[in-house]
Amino acid sequence: MNPARTLFLSLVALLVFCFGFAAWLQPQFQDLPFNRSVSMDFWGNLLDDSRDLFANSAFVTADEYYHSGYYPTIFDNNQAFETPHMAEDTGAVASRNSGDETGFMGKPRDWIDAFGRHFIPNRHTHLDEGGPTDDLSTSSEVKEILPWLKLSAELDPEDVKTFVVTAFWLRTRLDETRQAEQVLREGLRYNPGNPQLLFELGRVYFESYHNIPRARMIWEAALRMWHAEAPDKLLSERLNLANQNFDDRFIYEQLQVHLANLEQAAGNYPAAIARWELARPASPTPDDVDRHIADLKQKLSAAKDKSAT
Amino acid sequence: MRNILAVADIVIKELYRRKDFYVLFIVTILICLVMASVNIFNNPDIIRYVKSLCLLLIWVSSLVIAITTTARQIPAEREQRTLLPLLAKPLSRSQLIVGKFLGCWIACGLALLCFYAFFGALSASREHHWPVLSYLQAGLMHWVALAVVIALTLLGSLVFAAPSSNATICFVIVGGILFVGRYLDVVALSLQKPWQTIIYAVYFVIPHLEFFDMRKLIIHDWPLIQWRFIGLASLYGVAYAAFFLAAACLVFRRKAVN
Repeated sequence: MNPARTLFLSLVALLVFCFGFAAWLQPQFQDLPFNRSVSMDFWGNLLDDSRDLFANSAFVTADEYYHSGYYPTIFDNNQAFETPHMAEDTGAVASRNSGDETGFMGKPRDWIDAFGRHFIPNRHTHLDEGGPTDDLSTSSEVKEILPWLKLSAELDPEDVKTFVVTAFWLRTRLDETRQAEQVLREGLRYNPGNPQLLFELGRVYFESYHNIPRARMIWEAALRMWHAEAPDKLLSERLNLANQNFDDRFIYEQLQVHLANLEQAAGNYPAAIARWELARPASPTPDDVDRHIADLKQKLSAAKDKSAT
Repeated sequence: MRNILAVADIVIKELYRRKDFYVLFIVTILICLVMASVNIFNNPDIIRYVKSLCLLLIWVSSLVIAITTTARQIPAEREQRTLLPLLAKPLSRSQLIVGKFLGCWIACGLALLCFYAFFGALSASREHHWPVLSYLQAGLMHWVALAVVIALTLLGSLVFAAPSSNATICFVIVGGILFVGRYLDVVALSLQKPWQTIIYAVYFVIPHLEFFDMRKLIIHDWPLIQWRFIGLASLYGVAYAAFFLAAACLVFRRKAVN
């Protein structure tokens, strides 16, 4: 046979084999659980796995804006900025910060460093407290962190703290309660039943809408979801203070404390005490919780005495 | 002085005949306007992210204009064989160098004026106030930084063979100084000797261009810097520019022009 013809036919045979093999593989690949070929997510397709990194970078940039540019770089001591302050100040995210937040730059190392500090932000401020002008009437300037939070949420919608932080600042400083609720519901769409998001949603109903029954319902649902997250794990193990999962412990404590406060406000002291006792193992300051429980017990006995007389 | 100004005048005319500035300016405007049109939670007053992007583009554009314009000045004269006739006139080599520097510097200043005017207009459209003095300080410091960059590039154009290699090396040096110049001493402390000594020496020798980068102060509306610090920083920048310019004059004096 003509060698050129053999070669040509071999190539055609290979082509047919490749096409057939690809046609056989494609439907199986589509069914794989980790298949991303049909993803319609723009950022996911563009950045792939690196989008989490970019999302975190956008979140940190939002915190840098919260500090009006006064922020540590990788060369500075950032112990006081482990948890972004804009997230810490929401009261819905656990803090890991230690050290001096006002003086992370330390003393000037030399004249170049000392002189250079005149041309960069050199004072610790928060935007919601007026920023560099210290003018409390400009606390709505905190809106400037929102573009970065929005970008971070779009890049990594599974990071719940971005939704929590966005919703908190929209609600508390910009009076955009409806938008805040919408943000949290958007977060819940990506992270169904997340206790942290439900906790913040409960706060929206409690603090902004003053709808106490709804808030209680949401917080109780959040507690149920918290337990359902790790049903096989012992409570004592999950709440162990040596455990590095700060957010897990923190959100449990906050939910119990908020529900306890609801019970206390309703005059239901035994239920409030029970909630505080549940919150105690998760609290970083158990002595304060003990004092509060003792105070409630006193109130309870006083109420009993009063009703007896 | 008349000779220097004549050379500078030609360089300025060359810049506004070329398309580099117009392209960069229009691209900056387009990107900023597109970014400003993004809806962030129905709040039309959010502006700092646009200011940040705009200033970044201004810095990048100005560095591109300064380095690419300066890097081709002397090599272009040599390639077009206009260098010898130019020097045959009553024009010394030093005057030619200073004239080229002045032309590039003034041309970059004019470009900066346009960029900062756009930046001011963009900010004012959302912030409803115009901190002119802050912009003046930022623009002035930016212009002084460009003086150092232009003088450095001019020296490089006499040392390196091709404008492209000179431009690349200048971009790397300037970018390196802007990004890590401030922390070179910290980096040095983490190294073993003799690298520690070398990096530490580099830290004290390089022109600290990061002094002139006031972007964060402008973006976040920090109060004005005291004018004496602006003055000192300007003196620092001018001293480095003069040093590089003097070195360029010395190198050019010994260089064969054909």
